[in-house]
Amino acid sequence: MDATTHPHGTPETHHPDEHGHEHHELGFIRKYIFSTDHKVIGIQYGISGLLFLFFGFCLMMMMRWQLAYPGQAMPLIGNALNHFFGTGSMPDGKMTPEFYNSLGAMHGTIMIFLGVVPLAFAAFGNFVVPLQIGAPDMTFPKVNAASYWAFVVGGIIMLVSFFVPGGAAKGGWTSYTPLGVIADTGPNFHPFFNGQTLWLLGFIFLITSSLLGAINFITTIIQLRAPGLTWMRLPFFVWAQFVTAFLLLLAFPPLEAAIVMQFMDRVASTSFFMPTGLVVNGAPLQVSGGGSPLLWQHLFWFLGHPEVYVLILPGMGIVAEILANNSRKPLWGYKSLVFAALVLGFLSFVVWAHHMWLTGMGSAVSAFFQTTTLIISIPSVIILSAFFISLWGGSIRFTVPMLFATAFLPMFGIGGLTGIPLAFNSADLYLHDTYYVIAHFHYIVAPGTIFALFAGIYYWFPKASGRMMNEFWGKVHFWPSLICMNVIFLPMFLQGMLGMHRRWYDGGQGWNVSGEHIWGLTGFQWNTPISIAAWVMGLAQIPFIINFFYSIWKGKKVENDNPWDATTLEWTAPSPPGHGNFIKAPVAYRGPYEYSLPRRGKDYTMQNEPIEASELTTAHPAREPVLRA
Amino acid sequence: MEIPYTVSARRDTGLWNAKVGIWLFLASEVMLFGGLFSAYIFLRLDAGPGDWPHGLLNVPVGTMNTAILIASSVTVVLAWAALKMRDLTKYRIYMAITILCGVVFLVVKLAYEWPQKFDHFGAFIKEDALGKYEQYLGNKHLLEKGLPPRKEITGHLHNKQALTDANIKEYEIALDPVYADPTNPVMDRPHFWPKPATDKIASIEKEDVQYANMFLPKHSSYFASYFTITGLHGAHVLGGVLVFCYMMLPASTRIYRHNPEHLANRVEVAGLFWHFVDLVWIFVFPLFYLL
Repeated sequence: MDATTHPHGTPETHHPDEHGHEHHELGFIRKYIFSTDHKVIGIQYGISGLLFLFFGFCLMMMMRWQLAYPGQAMPLIGNALNHFFGTGSMPDGKMTPEFYNSLGAMHGTIMIFLGVVPLAFAAFGNFVVPLQIGAPDMTFPKVNAASYWAFVVGGIIMLVSFFVPGGAAKGGWTSYTPLGVIADTGPNFHPFFNGQTLWLLGFIFLITSSLLGAINFITTIIQLRAPGLTWMRLPFFVWAQFVTAFLLLLAFPPLEAAIVMQFMDRVASTSFFMPTGLVVNGAPLQVSGGGSPLLWQHLFWFLGHPEVYVLILPGMGIVAEILANNSRKPLWGYKSLVFAALVLGFLSFVVWAHHMWLTGMGSAVSAFFQTTTLIISIPSVIILSAFFISLWGGSIRFTVPMLFATAFLPMFGIGGLTGIPLAFNSADLYLHDTYYVIAHFHYIVAPGTIFALFAGIYYWFPKASGRMMNEFWGKVHFWPSLICMNVIFLPMFLQGMLGMHRRWYDGGQGWNVSGEHIWGLTGFQWNTPISIAAWVMGLAQIPFIINFFYSIWKGKKVENDNPWDATTLEWTAPSPPGHGNFIKAPVAYRGPYEYSLPRRGKDYTMQNEPIEASELTTAHPAREPVLRA
Repeated sequence: MEIPYTVSARRDTGLWNAKVGIWLFLASEVMLFGGLFSAYIFLRLDAGPGDWPHGLLNVPVGTMNTAILIASSVTVVLAWAALKMRDLTKYRIYMAITILCGVVFLVVKLAYEWPQKFDHFGAFIKEDALGKYEQYLGNKHLLEKGLPPRKEITGHLHNKQALTDANIKEYEIALDPVYADPTNPVMDRPHFWPKPATDKIASIEKEDVQYANMFLPKHSSYFASYFTITGLHGAHVLGGVLVFCYMMLPASTRIYRHNPEHLANRVEVAGLFWHFVDLVWIFVFPLFYLL
């Protein structure tokens, strides 16, 4: 019988030092900084990702001032920010249009590529996946470390770009050409060290980082699953990461190609994306021409759309784990979930041009992408429905992770359903580039993915640190965040339908006179409550930050290795797991969500608990996969 | 702690780790070069008749480089086979030949082919001035034969200061053979062996020129994609050479002494990468040199 299995289902707490004797002690730098241990790298990714998320959010809080009070000096911190970001960014505390554009472009870039992807994919994937599949580490630990440090270099380049003459990239997070090639050139800019070029350079490192990570994840999941952990016994989170890794692996390289080409356009004056006969500031541009701006958009969105699923799939995986754990019943429709995730991953490669309805690609192309876009909503709906049905009849525990996970469901639902009008090109012609679009995708990534990430942090924190995060302050974090998220994004649908453009710098003073009112406020006046909600949400993150750091050192110690009474393999490892993870390599005997099996005395059965004779004779649907395996 | 399946295969997947990893990596590389090649296709389809240059690269040299790269793909397999037969001396010989091939390829590319292009010049003539240079372009002759027109005059720039000095009003070009004798049917299509240079010099007024430059990436979409793709390909060749060099070092010999299969696996994985680099060249060669 497996030594890590405990007849009464209460594993003891193992101390990480117990098995420290098998390897020589590494120095501080090798152990915590240039570590090759997947858990350390995961935590490094997590903390870096959280810092970047907060920084990206700060950029947005600054933009919200300009939108709510256009042209007015920012009180208290306006002058300080002017000094920090360089004079010319906010003279007298008033934001310049160029600086506003920089903030917008960098908010998008940082949130997606330096915040959510590192956190959702790299941090949770690194920390949780090897533990959940019972592996001692990733297959290529050094490549894993290289991935993190490539990410750091990319991040630093992005941050440094704020402080070069002219400031950070201004061409939007999509860096559409020809603007992306022309922007930040001329006498006031360094030919190489300017915002837009550094943005491209930073991206090359970030893409390299993602590729190394993706290869490592897929290989690890294929090769290092514990004995008995067959594909259909993998936790859904592992499946989600598996599909995500494939998306990164195959969608990022075309963007890398495009980035290299735009880099050449900027540095070597080529014309990959520069059409013939371009006139800038009244003078014809001295380039060979013959390039295609549309080509950039195709290559960009070939990444850009799978990227959306890179952002959401890990979130869905986290939510799946937490829903099953806190509703104390098996995840409903596990197989449908797995296949839906696979179909979602596949289809995400053939929908990209729905970001380009306005480019005049032609009706045949539009019709194709409109069809695929509508088809991709089917697997998404399957996943969300399965999550909702999983709650049905469960005895739900509203722990903090569960609060965030349940909030994810309607938030993601709103985000998804409001995307359907955008999928129809006729409706999108009107809504394109308005705040409606902003509201739509933020519902998916902000109260969607980011809530899932918070859920994951609260849920796996005890595994990483051996201590619990504080429940009360977790709730103080959750409720204001939920309310603020909706106050921020719900009115944006209305603003967008009234025609407010997503890149307007002064909130559209002229547009304000149209005089249409929603609940007593014009579309423009809604900017003020939205901004206030954004700042309040900034405050609402303080309890989380304090709770996070306080709990690392002072939080309540976990009583055993499985504080949530969960079933998956990571909870059989010590908290925190030592180098090599498991005291004894685990063996899986059953599926991932064996909650509330009848006649067992406890409501969860861990994956490494062998099948008992009594189970084989019990007629119960949950027994089925066991008998077959 | 030891990570399993680094050398021996896992039973149910039949693979060791690095083999899975390298195939995934190659899949991403296919997408990377696929993106670049699709850009090539996109730009070329967009180019009007006569806008896409032909016959500007040295085909015999390109053919030689192709042969060198293919030969190195064979020797890397022989190196791997020698390891499998536990013959370290033979392995070293074949590996050295492979490295040598890679280095020769890079030297030919970077020290001969590229600089030769950087020294070459081309001027695209404005649409309404094409008639003025008919003696060099021979477009009437091409029209009769149903061939695409010529819009660019290429050769070696005599007065290089004309590129930067606005006071110089014309370019003086020592013409490439085709423009010295444009109506000769021999010149209708590019040839395998480059024609000998002429000493005929043409003077082209700057105001008739749409766009003129040395054969740099910014010369045209053709050279932009040529230099970008061959540059990236060259970086891959360099990467492969460095990895092969590492496999000749004492550190790798120690791995061999410890477990010969481990080194053989490494060579196999690096060889797969090398074949891929070779394969990319098999696409590059016809797309840029021949078509």
